[in-house]
Amino acid sequence: MELNAKIPSGPLEKKWEKHQFDMKLVNPANKRKYKVIVVGSGLAGGAAAATLGQLGYEVNCFCYQDSARRAHSIAAQGGINAAKNYQNDNDSIFRLFYDTIKGGDFRSREANVYRLAEVSSAVIDQCVALGVPFGREYSGYLANRSFGGAQVSRTFYARGQTGQQLLLGAYSALSLQVALGQVKMFPRHEMLELVVTDGRARGIVVRNMVTGEVTSHTADAVVLATGGYGNTYYLSTNAKGCNATAIWRAHRKGALFANPCFTQIHPTCIPVAGEHQSKLTLMSESLRNDGRIWVPKKADDQRNPRDIPEGDRDYYLERKYPSYGNLAPRDISSRAAKQVCDEGRGVGPGGRGVYLDFVEAIGRLGESVIRERYGNLFEMYEQITGENPYKQPMRIYPAMHYVMGGLWVDYNLMSNVEGLYVIGEANFSDHGANRLGASALMQGLADGYFILPCTINDYLARISPANRLKTDDAAFKQAEQDVQQRTTRLLSAKGTRTVDSFHRELGDLMWNNCGMGRNEKGLKEALAKIPPLREEFWRNVRVPGSAGDFNQSLEKAGRVADFMELAELLVYDALQRDESCGAHFREEHQTPDGEAARDDERFSFVSAWEFKGVGQTPVLHKEPLVFESLHPTQRSYK
Amino acid sequence: MKLMLKIWRQEGPGKKGALVAYPMDDVSPDMSFLELLDTLNEQLIGKGEVPVAFDHDCREGICGSCGFMISGEAHGPAKLTTTCQLFMRHFKDGDTIIAEPFRSRAFPIIKDLVVDRSSLDKIVQAGGFISARTGSSPDANAMLIPKNKADRAMDAAACIGCGACVAACPNGSAMLFTAAKISHLGLLPQGQPERHQRALRMVNKMDELGFGACSNHGECEAVCPKGITIDFIARMNRDYMRASTTETMEPVKRV
Ligand SMILES: Cc1cc2nc3c(=O)[nH]c(=O)nc-3n(C[C@H](O)[C@H](O)[C@H](O)COP(=O)(O)OP(=O)(O)OC[C@H]3O[C@@H](n4cnc5c(N)ncnc54)[C@H](O)[C@@H]3O)c2cc1C
Ligand code: FES
Repeated sequence: MELNAKIPSGPLEKKWEKHQFDMKLVNPANKRKYKVIVVGSGLAGGAAAATLGQLGYEVNCFCYQDSARRAHSIAAQGGINAAKNYQNDNDSIFRLFYDTIKGGDFRSREANVYRLAEVSSAVIDQCVALGVPFGREYSGYLANRSFGGAQVSRTFYARGQTGQQLLLGAYSALSLQVALGQVKMFPRHEMLELVVTDGRARGIVVRNMVTGEVTSHTADAVVLATGGYGNTYYLSTNAKGCNATAIWRAHRKGALFANPCFTQIHPTCIPVAGEHQSKLTLMSESLRNDGRIWVPKKADDQRNPRDIPEGDRDYYLERKYPSYGNLAPRDISSRAAKQVCDEGRGVGPGGRGVYLDFVEAIGRLGESVIRERYGNLFEMYEQITGENPYKQPMRIYPAMHYVMGGLWVDYNLMSNVEGLYVIGEANFSDHGANRLGASALMQGLADGYFILPCTINDYLARISPANRLKTDDAAFKQAEQDVQQRTTRLLSAKGTRTVDSFHRELGDLMWNNCGMGRNEKGLKEALAKIPPLREEFWRNVRVPGSAGDFNQSLEKAGRVADFMELAELLVYDALQRDESCGAHFREEHQTPDGEAARDDERFSFVSAWEFKGVGQTPVLHKEPLVFESLHPTQRSYK
Repeated sequence: MKLMLKIWRQEGPGKKGALVAYPMDDVSPDMSFLELLDTLNEQLIGKGEVPVAFDHDCREGICGSCGFMISGEAHGPAKLTTTCQLFMRHFKDGDTIIAEPFRSRAFPIIKDLVVDRSSLDKIVQAGGFISARTGSSPDANAMLIPKNKADRAMDAAACIGCGACVAACPNGSAMLFTAAKISHLGLLPQGQPERHQRALRMVNKMDELGFGACSNHGECEAVCPKGITIDFIARMNRDYMRASTTETMEPVKRV
């Protein structure tokens, strides 16, 4: 298979403009004859569905929540980047492009990232026009904050609820299109199969989560905007329903999966409290500006933290990284926390936590200043843990957070399956081996508002809506049958273990063997353990209830079945990528001071995997990464 | 802790439901209410019974999926807290806790604690938007918005659409929800051109969907996990009055 990224020719800064001109267009009067399916109503899907509706296409949009407004994008806190240079601090499109490529440790495509930086500014304009109440200065102008991995202030925010406000903006635009009849919404519908014939995406099969009814939906193009697969690890900062089913089903139908092992772990989350733990909550990284991170010097030190004298404490980040201290980058901080806990020096239940201590800052600045800076975060922490962080140090631990990997797409955001587009966190496109803070929201909206609605015309203009399949076509009937058979299999196993117990076991295995630090032995061990676990799942899972019913256990079972397959690919990719880059840290490959040691000679490519059957070795296709404008260097933030 | 949970079990829409008692041993104070239900469900599945259905997703208090009545209060006893962020340390050993779905004419029950809140989407579809076509917007700093206005708009925009206000209201009114959206957009300069039509369309739609009227009980404000205040209802009423005297409602249509 020849992987063609379809990157336009010409100088970097002219590519997108040239491409927009070169693409074929659909005549305005003809647009209503075309139908597009958008799966997902988050920032990427919501923005795309609304914009395609405005253009005049007939759109069907699906989500698993009861309302489009509840997509997981709603939970994003910190902010959204854009190269506005409103602060007059030397920002530019080129600098945002550069920061993103460098932050991704030179494992992303220059042309895509440049375009992202180029449209970032219009994203902010659009959000403001839709009524997003961004933070403002007293003058009435927009305010900015700074974020990790950048030396400029280019992050726009709406208190600690930026994702919510951006999503409500996209949702309101979507609601207008629903009112106009351009978009039909299908909430509480889960996509369970993609239909492909002659190498072209033809539609999807979904299950109505209230009635259990399985139906087919045909279209001229299918857009997947279904978010990330962080929940493969069971515990993560993702919402409980986040899943890989849509992209995994597409992968099984021929769509290549790119860089599955590029997963990001966030250093500051509230640690696991016990067996019952169902998800993890992020605590903003900004806390590290004033908090000091430490653990006891001795293993198993059970004393109250306030009784541990200075001399018995190890401020390990300050010790190991004197220049960055507590503000060491995300991946380094996460790995360092794991290391001290592995040494038995972790704190709190299960020894999986480190202290984030504000006592020194409170002494220096006073409690009122700290309250003003972080009051809402301290409250949230207290609500969850019952501990008062003004008195006791916070306990934090890294958690699975975001995935850079996803379905492979070309410059047009089309996968290798014709007519199948993938946008937002679900694709692999822009963040390389590590995403910078506040860049996922930017990418989701750039894809949804501006890029996809442009590139999809070029495809639609080349096909005729007259050739759209009917839902009674054999391919759809077959896909419906496959869905029903899978459901029957899950329900009829009638084993002894719950879906959650399998998911937890898979999550533990992934976290321990393919988490913050990875090595050949651990990865091989995981590869040996996943297939028997998957086999046991299908044999021994217990899914109560029926198929024709509101059945949350069945929903979960289907998702976990797909995580079981994806997990194997993820580990396989991590094993194959025998270098460290960004968040993918192979312990065998580090610089003397513990940084990720890239191997550009051997690994300057995108790994795009082809599915060959469950348990079969997938086939690797390489898309070489060519750097014309930037020169890959050792990533350093010293 | 030991607790007695009494949960509303109802197989489906229109079916007969009843409270069923589930004694829970070994409840950790560090569990969230939803984790308690997870634990119960694992036990029920183990016994071959059907687990309790409840809506949830983010478990961070922001998506608005979760929510039911906990011993008579929407989202339970803690102020400014969604059900998913309610931790068991708010209860005492030996407590009996009753969990029932949000009850309102406009929220039909789907199963157990799950209700259909799609009528809230319909209110937004009636007019809760600014019709700004993608690509037609001027530079974001072309329009200045005083900080206090933007902050006030954000106070209203913080609504998570959980429906607790409707469930808590003796009249089953959606005034707080609707007022929050109308105020969020109506406070901003971008929202002015459609301000009157928005108020007419959303308020009329709310009435049409079977939500009740407001008689100033203030229960909605008391249960709102995001602290949305009823001042916004007064603001909406003013907008609606002004709109009714100056304009007639027009259908949403393409230009
Ligand atoms: C706690 C947290 C904080 C974050 N903070 C930030 C931040 O400050 N800045 C930043 O830039 N990024 C942040 N991120 C990352 C960012 O929020 C996400 O990457 C981004 O919102 C993903 O958007 P999306 O549109 O691709 O997917 P999502 O918002 O996840 O939407 C997925 C959609 O697909 C639907 N769906 C999924 N599967 C199916 C299926 N099988 N069938 C039907 N529908 C389906 C869902 O219903 C949903 O509508 C944060 C992430 C987390 C977890
Ligand atoms: S689950 Fe999202 S608000 Fe409770």
